[in-house]
Amino acid sequence: MTETSTTVEFTPERLKIAQEMIARYPAERQKSALLPLLHLAQEQWGWLSPEVMDYIGRMLDIQAIEVYEVATFYTMFHLDPVGKHVIEYCRTGPCCLMGGEEIYDYLKQKLGIQAGETTADQKFTLKEVECLAACGMGPVFQIREKYYMNLTRDKVDEIIAELSR
Amino acid sequence: MGKKILLEHIDVPGIETYDVYRKQGGYTAVEKAIKTMSPEGVVEEVKKAGIRGRGGAGFPMGMKWSFLAKPEGVPRYLVCNADESEPGTFKDHYLMKNIPHLLIEGMIVSSYALGANKSFIYVRGELMYVIRILEKAIAEAKAAGFLGKNILGSGYDLELVVHPGGGAYICGEETALLESLEGKRGNPRNKPPFPAVKGLYQCPTVVNNVESIATAAWIVNNGGDAYAAIGIGRSSGTKLISASGHIKKPGVYEIELGVPVEEFLYSDEWCGGIRDGHHLKALVAGGSSVPILPANLITKLANGEPRLMTYESLSDGGFQTGTMLGSGGFIVFDETACIVRNTWNFSRFYHHESCGQCSPCREGTGWMEKVLHRIEHGHGSMHDIDLLVDVAKKIEGNTICPLGDAAAWPVASAIRHFRDEFEWHITHPAEATQPGAVFKGEMALV
Repeated sequence: MTETSTTVEFTPERLKIAQEMIARYPAERQKSALLPLLHLAQEQWGWLSPEVMDYIGRMLDIQAIEVYEVATFYTMFHLDPVGKHVIEYCRTGPCCLMGGEEIYDYLKQKLGIQAGETTADQKFTLKEVECLAACGMGPVFQIREKYYMNLTRDKVDEIIAELSR
Repeated sequence: MGKKILLEHIDVPGIETYDVYRKQGGYTAVEKAIKTMSPEGVVEEVKKAGIRGRGGAGFPMGMKWSFLAKPEGVPRYLVCNADESEPGTFKDHYLMKNIPHLLIEGMIVSSYALGANKSFIYVRGELMYVIRILEKAIAEAKAAGFLGKNILGSGYDLELVVHPGGGAYICGEETALLESLEGKRGNPRNKPPFPAVKGLYQCPTVVNNVESIATAAWIVNNGGDAYAAIGIGRSSGTKLISASGHIKKPGVYEIELGVPVEEFLYSDEWCGGIRDGHHLKALVAGGSSVPILPANLITKLANGEPRLMTYESLSDGGFQTGTMLGSGGFIVFDETACIVRNTWNFSRFYHHESCGQCSPCREGTGWMEKVLHRIEHGHGSMHDIDLLVDVAKKIEGNTICPLGDAAAWPVASAIRHFRDEFEWHITHPAEATQPGAVFKGEMALV
C-alpha cells in the first residue's frame, strides 16, 4: 500500500452508493461489484490510477491484481489521465457506411489530435471505440453517458463549440 | 401491417413510466402468472410458444428453461443478456430505453417460472443512461408491489439487479457474461458444464436475451399457442429487426416472422427501399457475424422462390447461397460500398474483441485483419485471398466460444461472393486505393 492511497477516497455520497452496490450481490460475492465500482470511481476521478484501483481492491477485500486484470480487460476504463471530455468515436462498419470515416477525419483535424491523444488545453481526449449499438443513427460518438447521433460536419462544429465554452 | 407484440404501445406518450405502462395493460402478466399459474405452467406456455432465443443463436427458449437444474437448497438465477454489441444490432437498446417496464415485467414472470429470487440484467456499460432508466423502472415496479418481498401476497420474493458491463463484445457470450458478472475478465468458460447446471456462482442459471425475456409477458397473457400461431412453422412469433446502412428509413422494426426479405427491404412500412438513386449491392441480414450475401441471393432462394425473414429461409442453401437470421442486425449496402473495406473493418472488430484465450481466434483474427489491411491498401497478392480462406477455415469450430466462427464467416462469405472485387484490389492497387474507389466490375445489382 502506498502512502498516497490513504488520500484516495470516494465522496460521502459516492461512498454510500458504493456500499449499496456491494450489498446488491450475495454475501461472499462482493467481487461482483467490481465493474460497478470501477465505473463509479471513473466518474469521480476521470480515470483509474493504480492508487484508485488499490482503493477499490481494499473496499472489496480482493487482491490489487484482481482489479488490474479487470480494469485492463474492459475498454471503457481509462488507465491514463484524460481530458475533460472523452469523445468515444464509433469506427465500426455500419457507422462507416453512413460516412463515419469522413466525419472522423474532420473531427481529428478540427481538434488537431489523433486517437488516444488529448488537446493541449486538456479539454478533449479522442478515443476510438467499437459498435455502440446505435447503427441506425450513425455516425455516432459518445461523451460520458450521452450519445451524439446522425453526425454531420455541422453537428460536430456545434457540439465542439458547445463543450468548449 | 404485421402483428405487434413488443412495440404495440411504443408510440404512447409516457410509456416509459409505470403509470402509463400500467394503463396500457402492463403488469397483468405478473398478476396472471403469480396468482393463477404454477411456475411449471409458465415454462409450459413458453415451450408451446416455440420462441427461439432472440440474441442470435436461436436456441428454443422453453427448452433452455427446462434444462435448468433444481437441486435442493441451491439458489437459481436468471440473467438477462443486455450486452447488445453485435455490429448492426440496436434493438435491445431501443426496447430498454423506450419501454423499460416491458423488460421488467418479462423478468418478473420469467424469474417466477424458473424459481429465481435474485435476477440480473447485464447491460453493456456504454448504455449507462439506459441503466438509469431501468433502475428507475425497477423502483417504480417495486413501489407498486410487483417486486420485492411477498409479491402480490403470494410469498414469492424477487429482487432485480442491473449490472453494467465494461466495454467488451465477448461478454455477450453467455459464459463470458457470467464471468464478468462475477467481477472477472470476460473469458468464456469451457462447456460442459452448461450454465443450466453450473452458471452464476456455480449455481444453476438461465441466460436469455432482452427481447426473449420481454416476450415472455405477452406469452403469459395470451398463451403459448397464440404465440405459436404467429409467424411460420419453427420461426414462431415476431422479431425485432435493426435496420441500418443505405436505406431510406433506418430504425428498429417489429415484424411477424415470415415477411419476404424483399418486402421488408422495399416496403414503406419498413426500410423504405435503397436511398434515392442507388441500388442494392449486398446485405448482412443478422448482424456482422453472419455471411454477407450479394443482391441476387438475398431476396430469392436458389429455386427462385422469395426468401423470407425466418430462421429457415434465411439459412436456405447453407453458407453456399444462404446466411442466418442471427440477431436481426439488417445492414444494407448499395453500390458505393466497398466490400473489401467493410470486410477489413469487421475483421478489425473481431480481432479487437477476441478475448485472447484460444490461439486460433487470438492469432487468426489478427492475421486476417493484417492481410485484409494490406489488400485494401494496395499491397496484397493473389495468394492472400486463399490465405484468408485458409485462416478462416482454421479458426472456425476450433475455439471455446463462437467468437471465432463470428470472425471467420464474414471473411469467408465476402470472398465466396465477391472474389472478383478482392482480385481487383490486388490487380489495380493504384485505382483501388483512391478515396471512395469502388469496384465497378460485373455484379448483379438489384
